[in-house]
Amino acid sequence: MKKKNSSSSGLGQLLIPLVALGILIVFNLFRDISFFSITMRVNNSGNSVLAGNLISVIDSASELAIIAMGMTLVTAACGGQDISVGAVGAISGAVFVKVLQGMGSITVSSVIIGLVLCCLATIVFKLFNGTLVAVFRIQPMIATLILYSCGRSIAYWINGDATPQLNSPIISSIGMTIPGIPIPTPIFAVLLVGLLLFLVFRFTSLSLYTQSVGINANAARLNGINPTYIKLVSFILLGVCVSVASIIGVCRLGQLNHKTLLVDIEMDAILAVAIGGNNLGGGRFKLIGSILGAYIIQMLTTTLYAMNVAPVNVKAYKAIVIIIIVVAGSPVVKSKLTALWNRIRSGGPQNAQKEGVS
Amino acid sequence: MQNEIVLTMRGICKYFPGVKALENVDFTLRKGTIHALMGENGAGKSTLIKVLTGVYPMDAGEIRIEGIDHPVVVHSPQEAQSYGISTVYQEITLCPNLTVAENMFIGRSKGRGVDWKAMEKRSGELLDSLGIPARPRQQLGSCSLAVQQMVAIARAVDTECKVLILDEPTSSLDDKEVEMLFALMRDLKARGVGIIFVTHFLEQVYAVSDQITVLRNGQLVGEYAVRDLPQVKLVEKMIGKDLEDLSVIKKHAPPAGENSVNYYEAENLSSSESRPFDFHIARGEVNGFTGLLGSGRSESVRAIFGADPATGGTVRVDGKHVKISKPLDAMKHGIGYLPEDRKRDGIIADLSVRDNITLALQVVKGMNHPISRAKAEAFADEYIKALDIKTASSDTPIKSLSGGNQQKVILARWLLTHPQYLILDEPTRGIDVGTKTEIQKLVLKLAEEGMSITFISSEIEEMLRTCSRLIVMRDRKIVGELTGDELTQEHVMKTIAGGEQ
Amino acid sequence: MADKNRGARIRQREPLTDAQMLMFISIGIFAAMYLAAMLTLKGGFLKPQQIFDLLNDNAALIIIACSLTIVMIGGGINISVGGVIGLTVMSCALFLNKVGVESSFLSILLTFLLALGIGLGFGLLQGFLVSYLEIQPFIVTLAGMFLARGLTTILSVNPVKVQHEAFLALVKTKLKIDWLGYTAKNGNLIPAKIEIGAIVAIAVVVLMYLMLRYTKLGRSIYAVGGNRQSALMLGINVKRSIFWSYVISGLLSGLAGFVFLMHKPAGNASVAMRGEMDAIAASIIGGTLLTGGVGNVIGTLFGAMILATIQKIIALSPLNASWWQEMANGAMLGFFIILQSVVLSARSRGRAKRLTREKAAPQPPEDPPPSA
Repeated sequence: MKKKNSSSSGLGQLLIPLVALGILIVFNLFRDISFFSITMRVNNSGNSVLAGNLISVIDSASELAIIAMGMTLVTAACGGQDISVGAVGAISGAVFVKVLQGMGSITVSSVIIGLVLCCLATIVFKLFNGTLVAVFRIQPMIATLILYSCGRSIAYWINGDATPQLNSPIISSIGMTIPGIPIPTPIFAVLLVGLLLFLVFRFTSLSLYTQSVGINANAARLNGINPTYIKLVSFILLGVCVSVASIIGVCRLGQLNHKTLLVDIEMDAILAVAIGGNNLGGGRFKLIGSILGAYIIQMLTTTLYAMNVAPVNVKAYKAIVIIIIVVAGSPVVKSKLTALWNRIRSGGPQNAQKEGVS
Repeated sequence: MQNEIVLTMRGICKYFPGVKALENVDFTLRKGTIHALMGENGAGKSTLIKVLTGVYPMDAGEIRIEGIDHPVVVHSPQEAQSYGISTVYQEITLCPNLTVAENMFIGRSKGRGVDWKAMEKRSGELLDSLGIPARPRQQLGSCSLAVQQMVAIARAVDTECKVLILDEPTSSLDDKEVEMLFALMRDLKARGVGIIFVTHFLEQVYAVSDQITVLRNGQLVGEYAVRDLPQVKLVEKMIGKDLEDLSVIKKHAPPAGENSVNYYEAENLSSSESRPFDFHIARGEVNGFTGLLGSGRSESVRAIFGADPATGGTVRVDGKHVKISKPLDAMKHGIGYLPEDRKRDGIIADLSVRDNITLALQVVKGMNHPISRAKAEAFADEYIKALDIKTASSDTPIKSLSGGNQQKVILARWLLTHPQYLILDEPTRGIDVGTKTEIQKLVLKLAEEGMSITFISSEIEEMLRTCSRLIVMRDRKIVGELTGDELTQEHVMKTIAGGEQ
Repeated sequence: MADKNRGARIRQREPLTDAQMLMFISIGIFAAMYLAAMLTLKGGFLKPQQIFDLLNDNAALIIIACSLTIVMIGGGINISVGGVIGLTVMSCALFLNKVGVESSFLSILLTFLLALGIGLGFGLLQGFLVSYLEIQPFIVTLAGMFLARGLTTILSVNPVKVQHEAFLALVKTKLKIDWLGYTAKNGNLIPAKIEIGAIVAIAVVVLMYLMLRYTKLGRSIYAVGGNRQSALMLGINVKRSIFWSYVISGLLSGLAGFVFLMHKPAGNASVAMRGEMDAIAASIIGGTLLTGGVGNVIGTLFGAMILATIQKIIALSPLNASWWQEMANGAMLGFFIILQSVVLSARSRGRAKRLTREKAAPQPPEDPPPSA
């Protein structure tokens, strides 16, 4: 596929998502201003926490935002998407729970060991995908279709049919709030992963390498970059993101259900990347765009819930909004609108540029 | 008959954001003539062609075609075809996954069905009559590039076209194939087709053309008969200033034999794509690989740079044994490589000029030592100025620059790494005369400063001007090495052709 | 027309193209797998009915796999097909139960048109967005999938069983072929049974094969998938070709929904869940490349049959569990994907070698070209 010509200025890419978010906010302002009210309330475990739709949006978008960041990297480097993130997330969650069960008691150290081990397990699976993509040159979507179709079965195989419960204050601290801190912990996880990636980009030139590989792997190789390595790195980072997200998912519910953990998140994550104005064909990327995309998707879902749309029906409305957003962001529509705008501004038939938008 | 006008373009204008690509350009084509369209890169040749074939809409002007009594507006290549305008582009614009026959007929036939039998019969006849070595049912992707190009021409020939546009058709063909193409062009001319011929090779223009139209900076310079316009004058018209006499460039003196130290030495070097060969280059030396297309000259330099996996041989850089198995190894030993195919191997199209300039240096420094933004900007500005790169800013994506300026950016990329040894594979292909001369001069200047340079070019003249030693290749083997008095065009040709024994 | 020279020239055997190669691999593997099943599992696999059962059970899959093959040849993707089946099945089930038309033939016809209409609607919308507004197909059809799934649950969250008697009779209608049948233990002849859906699926494969091979639209889709830019330069209406590939794909999804309902006459929110992924897998196994330009519905038919056979083998083996099923599918898919990659790269390397040899073979010109 040919790369689309897109405006390369920084804000241009973020314009559509920002406008979309703005419209959602304004819509909610008019619909019901109480959507934005934030209150303190005491939760089941006796901690006082912040509550309200906004908090819930930011909280529940956490897994999506984290995975969207990793997805952005894979998209940029490989020019395709990993559709197995949900399934591998289920495996990751299963490993986490298995480790905790194997250690007997849930302590901070056992959680950390669980985190490390499930990170490793995820990275192994992501490297499987990465190898197919980077070494065997298989299109990412096809390569990851394998784990997409059998990942949840592997999760089942690890943990059996049960939905094991994890009851511990440590687990609820990760999935909900830490006693004494009123802000949900997953939000910190997003900040942490975001900060980690920011530091990686700040103190290495990974971003430049990734974009080079995504735009022209041949040229990148002849400039001394190893495209295979860069693609594998993007999958490893995605693996880390997926395991963090899966642990949040498990801890949020306090149980593991391999059938529903992070289910369908791959679709939302790809959507977040696209809404953030990133080219799904790879190359240049903006992490912040994808994060914005994730919050837009969650904001939309929460808004629909607040309007009493049944959860199973949300998809239909979501689809319509997505179509509107991508149509607004379509290069064809953009250039038509620009042409129209120019015609209105010049205000006459004399303009020679009426067809001249390329 | 000879003066019958088949196509007139008047006052053509085409604007891109911030650029006047064509301004008030006129063009006239007569029946049965070959009309060369000349100009430097960015002069507007391609844009004019694309306006004529409906790829770009024009912003002003009118196009008249013989037999149609009103000005036409061409909206698509398909529509252009229906007016009798066919185009063969520089890059193969055929579908590699379809058969040869399909590629000749798709998009042209009437009706909704496909009659394979008739199509394959007709295409077989046509291939035979034009002497093209391809079979109708062969998958196009399995043909060589030259054959693919000819299939494209066969397709155009078959459309009963009045106007045939050949946009740089010869850039991937060797001399023999070029001759075949010219024979074909003369044949078509005799049949009354008007041919628009776009090329960078001046000799080729004089070999086949009748008329020349010159464009510069999107404006018409003039239309001339070939016999009235000697080559020097043509170049003058194209670059708009008196061409600095090329002979002024002082021939590079090889470093004296005694004092010369080999910077790079290879014995029995071979890669997955090249046969074993020996090679060495001294500090401050400019040498070159020459030979026909496919003779293995590019593969050899790729082996030196580690671009293809090495399969054997010993390499010494600066007297020390080293192992070069990938580009990064070569770069760490002070070797730079400007690849033959700029688009495929050189530029990172969507990245800015700045990122493209600093890329190689960044890689040499390592991923964990990013160049700061301020430094990168300083580097970029320095080289934009030094090489006179025409770009709006260092933030502009490289893809929006003209070919010559893109090439300068890639050159800047390697100069920034301060290489000891620079390999330039076809650095002047597809770029305008002015930049060509600049690059040649730069090569000689760098050599004087002590850099070793290996230079490859399809134009032997250019090689003779810059290199003090020529390595001649044939059939992927080195067949000769020419120095000193042997460096004449005739001698080189003989060696290439194998007539020296 | 009798032109011997021409005939000789054209009939010269061409080497297998990549597409044919991949297709033959998948046909070969299907045959080998089926043979292995016959030898080891015996039972049903020894009867022709087994093949018909595979077709009967997977008619809808075969149809949507074809629909995906077409879109993928054009360089696109359509992940809404499963959702469209779900929506079609649900709407048709509800419609059949509510329809007040006297004539049962008319009501079935109306249902059929409804199914095609839904598919056509999705096809038109997605085709327009992808081709004329140039939006990434993955996102467009993802939205399509969300829309279809959402509309399905809006129609009904609970399963809907078809009560329409004429339709249920249609469901039971089977083509019986005596000579392919077998004699049961009690001596009765049990003829081979083929459902209408299976016949429709085979008809779709044949029709789509003819469409892709013998119509301009079909060849245009190949050209666009092979190289979009070139196709434009060759005078092909690229946008229209892409548009129609999605319209056909949508239409086939609607048809697949109707076929699904004829096999299992009940609507359910989870009908054909992940059907798109099975369809993509079938296409890939059959030799279609996601990069576009290469593929063939005959291969896709065998791709779908391979998936169906794995399913059957596992169902008959001691490993009968849905998770073994999925793992086997995944493993098979992985095997094919890697095989394709290896075969293609080996072939392209071989081709490059041959070309350079061809290029090097003719000796350089005898005389040096005249110098200027």
